[in-house]
Amino acid sequence: MYSVNYHRASSVADAAKLIKKGDAKFLSGGMTLIPAMKTRLAAPSDLVDLNHIAELKGIKVSGKTVTIGAATTHYEVATDEKLKKVCPAIAELAGLIGDVAVRYRGTIGGSIANNDPAADYPAALMALDATVVTNKRQIPAEKFFKGLFETALKDDEIVTAVTFTAPPKAAYQKFPNPASRYAITGVFVTKGKDGVRVAVTGAGDNGVFRSKEIEAALAKKFDAAALDGVKVPSANMMTDMHASADYRANLVLVMAKRAVTAANAGA
Amino acid sequence: MGIEGIGARVARKEDKRFITGAGRYVDDMVVPGMKHAAFVRSPYAHAQIRKIDVKAAQAMPGVIAVLTGKELKADGIGNLICGWMIHSKDGSPMKMGAWSPLAVDKVRYVGDAVAIVVADTKGQARDAAEAVEVTYKELKAVADVTEAVRKGAPQIHPEAEGNLIFDWEIGNAKETEAAFKKAAHVVKMDVINNRLVPNAMEPRAALGHYDKAEDHYTCWTTSQNPHVARLVMSAFYNVAPENKLRVIAPDVGGGFGSKIYIYPEELVCLWASKKSGVPVKWVADRSESFLCDAHGRDHVTHAEMAFDENHKILGFKVETMANLGAYMSLFSSATPTYLYATLLSGQYDIPAIHGNVKAIYTNTAPVDAYRGAGRPEAAFLVERMMEVSARQFGISPAELRRKNFITSFPHQTPVIMNYDAGDFAASLDAAMKEADYAGFAKRKAEAAKRGKLRGIGMSCYIEACGIAPSAAVGSLGAGVGLWESAEVRVNAVGTIEVLTGSHSHGQGHETTFAQLVAERLSVPLDSISIVHGDTDKVQMGMGTYGSRSGAVGMSAISKALDKVEAKAKKIAAHLMEADEGDIVIENGALKVAGTDKSVPWFQVALAAYTAHNLPGGMEPGLKETAFYDPSNFTFPAGCYICEVEIDPDTGVTEIVQFVAADDFGNIINPMIVEGQVHGGIAQGIGQALLEGAHYDPDSGQLLTASYMDYTMPRAADLPSFKVSTSNTPSPSNPLGMKGCGEAGAIGSPPAVINAITDAIGTEDLTMPATPQKVWAAIRSATKH
Repeated sequence: MYSVNYHRASSVADAAKLIKKGDAKFLSGGMTLIPAMKTRLAAPSDLVDLNHIAELKGIKVSGKTVTIGAATTHYEVATDEKLKKVCPAIAELAGLIGDVAVRYRGTIGGSIANNDPAADYPAALMALDATVVTNKRQIPAEKFFKGLFETALKDDEIVTAVTFTAPPKAAYQKFPNPASRYAITGVFVTKGKDGVRVAVTGAGDNGVFRSKEIEAALAKKFDAAALDGVKVPSANMMTDMHASADYRANLVLVMAKRAVTAANAGA
Repeated sequence: MGIEGIGARVARKEDKRFITGAGRYVDDMVVPGMKHAAFVRSPYAHAQIRKIDVKAAQAMPGVIAVLTGKELKADGIGNLICGWMIHSKDGSPMKMGAWSPLAVDKVRYVGDAVAIVVADTKGQARDAAEAVEVTYKELKAVADVTEAVRKGAPQIHPEAEGNLIFDWEIGNAKETEAAFKKAAHVVKMDVINNRLVPNAMEPRAALGHYDKAEDHYTCWTTSQNPHVARLVMSAFYNVAPENKLRVIAPDVGGGFGSKIYIYPEELVCLWASKKSGVPVKWVADRSESFLCDAHGRDHVTHAEMAFDENHKILGFKVETMANLGAYMSLFSSATPTYLYATLLSGQYDIPAIHGNVKAIYTNTAPVDAYRGAGRPEAAFLVERMMEVSARQFGISPAELRRKNFITSFPHQTPVIMNYDAGDFAASLDAAMKEADYAGFAKRKAEAAKRGKLRGIGMSCYIEACGIAPSAAVGSLGAGVGLWESAEVRVNAVGTIEVLTGSHSHGQGHETTFAQLVAERLSVPLDSISIVHGDTDKVQMGMGTYGSRSGAVGMSAISKALDKVEAKAKKIAAHLMEADEGDIVIENGALKVAGTDKSVPWFQVALAAYTAHNLPGGMEPGLKETAFYDPSNFTFPAGCYICEVEIDPDTGVTEIVQFVAADDFGNIINPMIVEGQVHGGIAQGIGQALLEGAHYDPDSGQLLTASYMDYTMPRAADLPSFKVSTSNTPSPSNPLGMKGCGEAGAIGSPPAVINAITDAIGTEDLTMPATPQKVWAAIRSATKH
């Protein structure tokens, strides 16, 4: 790691000010940034630590409305009893991220701001039709995620919370990379009053996306059998040494079927 | 002594310090004035070095020295050697290219060391290493053996034309051809043995300290064989004469073979210490371990087996290409030859065998012995061949094996080895019973109802351990003898120190070696200390690899104990005025058999050192040394049975049962043996399902260079193993031991792949059998 100036932000406003120093970066859980710095692949001049800002922490559930503070850890999301009652799918997803150490440090705000194409949360936010709240505005999830490691965030913009309405039915199924345990393919399905939404992470060559083919089939009948014979195109799937585009396209369908079955069982 | 002696499940004495974080590893060592090193490494797989400019680096904060290969050469430091001479079938010696510890005019793999920077802190050393300006001219690289031997492939060393190091053969080509002419069936197959990264938990490290006043060097290093390191660094690398070089291998966190070899880094740290005037420490980070530790396996093989009409094997033909990487590591030439092709007979009576091995340079990390070393490659080939043949013949894989088993011993194979003892059917029977082999069809049908493909596969492996009779390996090209040494020191108060040339880096020698002494001298385990890993303390020894420390290392201790016992009995007989032949050792005392006369052990020891009342002419003291050179290899063998369930939708393999029935000869500590088998199987399953080193074929960059992409097996990937032993003692050493350290890694990969291919109905599958590959294999099998 190169030497770096560390700043502990006391408030969101303070953080927005501090980020203007040099080539500064926000530090949330640090589960991606710190390893990149340790291997000298990232070299920010300054770090602005968001972990000690009280207003960014905690989970609020009011009726079906859920608000998760940006600095809330995966562990907290995975174990929050109120959240597990209204939307167990997102709690289960959080419990599948990385390993225990990662879940104890990593945060939802950090994860979505990084927008790793194989991260789990982007699929959840897209399928839940969530809103990303920042210090400047509110951004619908579908407008927030923009391809590989890119988001709608401006340089001094800070994610403060994620909010969504818990749907009656939701589930996430993940096929992890055996080495990194990131998603080779993860599928989050929801069925709410506005219909069926199916978001896929890990598989697409441009980050998280909604599968129109699967959504159309499930709109007719929300059942795994409705997906028999559905063709998921492999054209825009990623190919790497771990999985070919064909294999990922297959996994999208298999994970979607399993997610639908789980969503129906959980309802 | 039953509770602490041979056969007892004694908890490991060394574990208290390991599990409380109190182990002392090289990185824990601190010497006054010590500074830190970083290496400048090649980012290219193959390039000419045009210029190295160190000026900017030298001016960086904290920098003490920036040193390059030119200065190393000027100081007369030698090139790295390969310690085993192989001759090609045309009689010519192997074509070894020069390996300079710091590259001078050319780099040959990503990670090749080019310069060393010494600075006050590790961070400063790294910063300055980045500031060393190396001008490269990139050359075309080749990472794959089949590409490296093609016409027009990049030439890696001028010494080895066409990148061919040797073209070696074993067995009898004519007899084998004749056997194939008589064959009723010939089974052919192509097999790839995947390349692995060793991944010891502790990365390699070195601390070099030159003491100017004494003109003496000390090297703390992560070595499995510190005496061999001293010998090689003195005799070949010209660091210092042996009496002026002390090598210490303290606690070492795993080796698996990768810490046998003498690498550039420890050598360069020693030299740099003299050059810069400060002690120099280097500790690899995990990325350096991936790039620069010697990798394992990497064979491409075509094999044919000939059978008669009754499915008896007539002959076996094997052609293997072995990737040795960019440089020949210390024992790299032995691994794909005498440690591999000598086991091509497996457990079977094969009248004629011919093996041909081509060793090939590529622009990849050096490849050398890794847990099993050649024997996993042989077992995988033979045991895949047996399973595939049985399937082609439509007979039970167990019956085909049984029909061809060697049943009388000693048995001379056509490929050098003389098997001294074994009972292959006993292991097969034990494994099949434990696995409920007979009930498999029912389990398969039940799994099918759940939509799962269930398969079963076996592997009847054999390996050669107890490495090795010195004259025999000398005649085959080894540059060293493979005996072992021991010294047993009885202190004046009766406590005991055993100095062993073996080195423990996870094996538990401090416990098992002490158990042998406790058994023999009838003293408490706690009164025995095992000393190893320091050339200033311990007499010359050969170290630990090839599952040799029980069969060879403990045999040396046993020989030294014979001498100690004999002298102690003489003293006791003298003290009790009895006949030496009537003295027995029991319950911590020397007794006159059949009487109540006895002298406690400590009194005999004290008498030896006070020397007030010793038999006439006897020298004082009670301390004996022995060197043990084995008369033969030992031959651990066994049968492993793996049962899998595969999800056809995803290709995910779950190992639902894994049975290991081994024959290790006599066992000192069954708990430690089981631990070795568990660890070995975990590594074998890792190779079969998860692990694989991949280089980009064009750029020669290591694509699996971190745990993000290289899959190490984890607890959740593995089932609970059912392990047992049915042992036939080895007649080739005084303890009847065979060795158990590598068996699991040797026997398990073919069992796993045989099970998966049974489940999916196609043989077309390479390791690691990842979900993607299994899914694709199922798809292509069902398309046909």
